[in-house]
Amino acid sequence: MSFLQIQNLEKSFGATRILKGVTLEIEEGGFLVLVGPSGCGKSTLLNTIAGLEPITSGEIRIGGRRVNDLHPSKRDIAMVFQSYALYPNMTVAQNIAFGMEIRGVPKPERDKAIADVASLLQIGHLLDRKPSQLSGGQRQRVAMGRALVRDPQVFLFDEPLSNLDAKLRIDMRTEIKRLHQRMGTTIVYVTHDQIEAMTLATKIAVLKDGILQQFGTPAEIYNNPVNMFVADFMGSPAMNLVPATIGGNGSGLTVNFEREGRPPVSLAVTDPPSGLAGFKGKKVVFGVRPEALTDPDGADRNASSTATADLHIEVVEPAGSDTFAVTNLGGKGVVARLRADANVQPGTVTPLTFNLTKTVFFDPATENRIH
Amino acid sequence: MSAAPSQDNAARTGIIARAVIYSLLILFAVYYLLPLYVMVVNSLKPLDEIRQGQMLDLPSTWTIEPWLSAWSTAQIGVSPTGLKPYFLNSILMVVPAVAVSTLLGALNGYVLTKWRFRGDNMVFGLMLLACFIPFQIVLIPSARILGELGLAGTVTGLVLIHVVYGLGFTTLFFRNYYEAFPTELVRAAQIDGASFFQIFRRILLPSSGPIIVVTVIWQFTNIWNDFLFGASFADFDSIPITVALNNLVNSSTGVKEYNVHFAGAVLAALPTLVVYIVSGRYFVRGLMAGAVKG
Ligand SMILES: Nc1ncnc2c1ncn2[C@@H]1O[C@H](COP(=O)(O)OP(=O)(O)OP(=O)(O)O)[C@@H](O)[C@H]1O
Ligand SMILES: [Mg+2]
Repeated sequence: MSFLQIQNLEKSFGATRILKGVTLEIEEGGFLVLVGPSGCGKSTLLNTIAGLEPITSGEIRIGGRRVNDLHPSKRDIAMVFQSYALYPNMTVAQNIAFGMEIRGVPKPERDKAIADVASLLQIGHLLDRKPSQLSGGQRQRVAMGRALVRDPQVFLFDEPLSNLDAKLRIDMRTEIKRLHQRMGTTIVYVTHDQIEAMTLATKIAVLKDGILQQFGTPAEIYNNPVNMFVADFMGSPAMNLVPATIGGNGSGLTVNFEREGRPPVSLAVTDPPSGLAGFKGKKVVFGVRPEALTDPDGADRNASSTATADLHIEVVEPAGSDTFAVTNLGGKGVVARLRADANVQPGTVTPLTFNLTKTVFFDPATENRIH
Repeated sequence: MSAAPSQDNAARTGIIARAVIYSLLILFAVYYLLPLYVMVVNSLKPLDEIRQGQMLDLPSTWTIEPWLSAWSTAQIGVSPTGLKPYFLNSILMVVPAVAVSTLLGALNGYVLTKWRFRGDNMVFGLMLLACFIPFQIVLIPSARILGELGLAGTVTGLVLIHVVYGLGFTTLFFRNYYEAFPTELVRAAQIDGASFFQIFRRILLPSSGPIIVVTVIWQFTNIWNDFLFGASFADFDSIPITVALNNLVNSSTGVKEYNVHFAGAVLAALPTLVVYIVSGRYFVRGLMAGAVKG
């Protein structure tokens, strides 16, 4: 049975519906990441789990217990806020111990808990400082410390890394992952950084406008996006979404791309999704991630189905470990990811290989995946 | 090469600007301090020295007789008590009135910003309206209510009136201050299990120094200086010092003892001065601390 369950959760502020029937669940010890663009309702969802916002309808269960009407302090959760929310008038030690103090934990016990958490997070030397005397990374640690000291059933993180600079962010990301592996506590984590989502999550929930778009493992979300929004949102550089037309060549199907001032390109689709036949002669959106469009030598040798086409390279962007080449299909720039030493020149025509096992089709009318 | 002269110039214009600014500041300081000087100097002179008309001169014979008289023996209305009992009345009125109105204002601000409810802005709007109601309009209803409560003519009655009248202002001050106070801190404290009052006392109040000082200065000055409520609602034994001062100046039979009047006026103004001088410093310190914290 799932540890944290959210069923048909609805949340409105006045007449505005913010969360529209969200259903999610995560097993004990899981790491659930909520992603989505700004304003989609991630923080609101997290706040409803915490009990900081009352819900309009639906149900939230933690460890099998219905918590809808429980006060935040009774839900056995701990939260790390985006702004860290450290009490400015208290020292680091007092910040960490405040919850225990309120709950009447005796002083020796509190001191021991503070010491344990401080050594875990390496903030022992900061305990007597005020939050205003800490750097951003240190504040972040203290905020984590305040949550960790409670040993709750669920941790809630609201964009805990978004105020840090890029380098520190990557370090802290690794640290959070390590902490999670060590403690095995269930975590719900909000971010709008899809790399954070991919690296940390055991399950990802993609939200848009308060509607759950897709819920699955990082690999499912990445490889099998259910619609164009998810496909576009997850992955960097983003998936190429190319307008195309489905054609037929006898028994099989082809996907055809218009090109400006050049003859169209046609690829044979072996093993198409069954729904694709119905789109014969119609427009679709063809989705291919940059790493599934490579130079023929760099193509995945295990791919059961590939197709190679001669494409005109417009721009070449070396990025150290890879080289990105941009070509034009269906009126859109399409990014291919080549080996770092691939020999491509802008303005030339080069053969590129599509890994067709990794490509997906969408219905341009509904933006949903064609299965 | 070219940098040196221009730097020179910059330094010189800097000095000139400074000189102008300081002269203006000194001029205004003198302008504002002159009345105080006149009052203090003349309160330390014997009466006949004042009669000679040299208001700006220092006393040739120094005396604290006028102060003693103003404090304990001068004729106030019909009895020769000096200002002392009325000074005490004012203290008994102003201290609880300031404390209660500040505390209630802080609570109101806390609720209006951190425990929002349906129609909270409306409530706040109505409270704001209280800031614009002229004293005169509420005189008769207030007298009526004080009568009904059995508080007419008592210091407690005055405290009540000042608390109610001041609540609009104190709420306004605290609401605006707490509006900028991060709500996430309140939420964090809720998760930590702190109650409504614990959050107020442990999280908000410790960060409210500057606004408490502003409110206290504002309320203290207004309540201490109030004349109309004191004149309208107080009995003879509960009148505040402002009314007593008026009685002192008006009730002297025969000779007008100007030196005693001056001493009485300075006495009446002293507490507000002290509040400014003492808490003004904390006020600036509070602002500075906020600025450094960022
Ligand atoms: N108290 C509130 N009253 C009314 N509307 C609100 C309130 N809080 C949030 N909203 C609205 O709810 C929507 C979702 O807000 P939320 O803070 O959950 O977004 P988010 O996904 O966390 O965005 P971000 O990534 O920017 O933090 C927004 O459109 C916001 O304007
Ligand atoms: Mg948010």
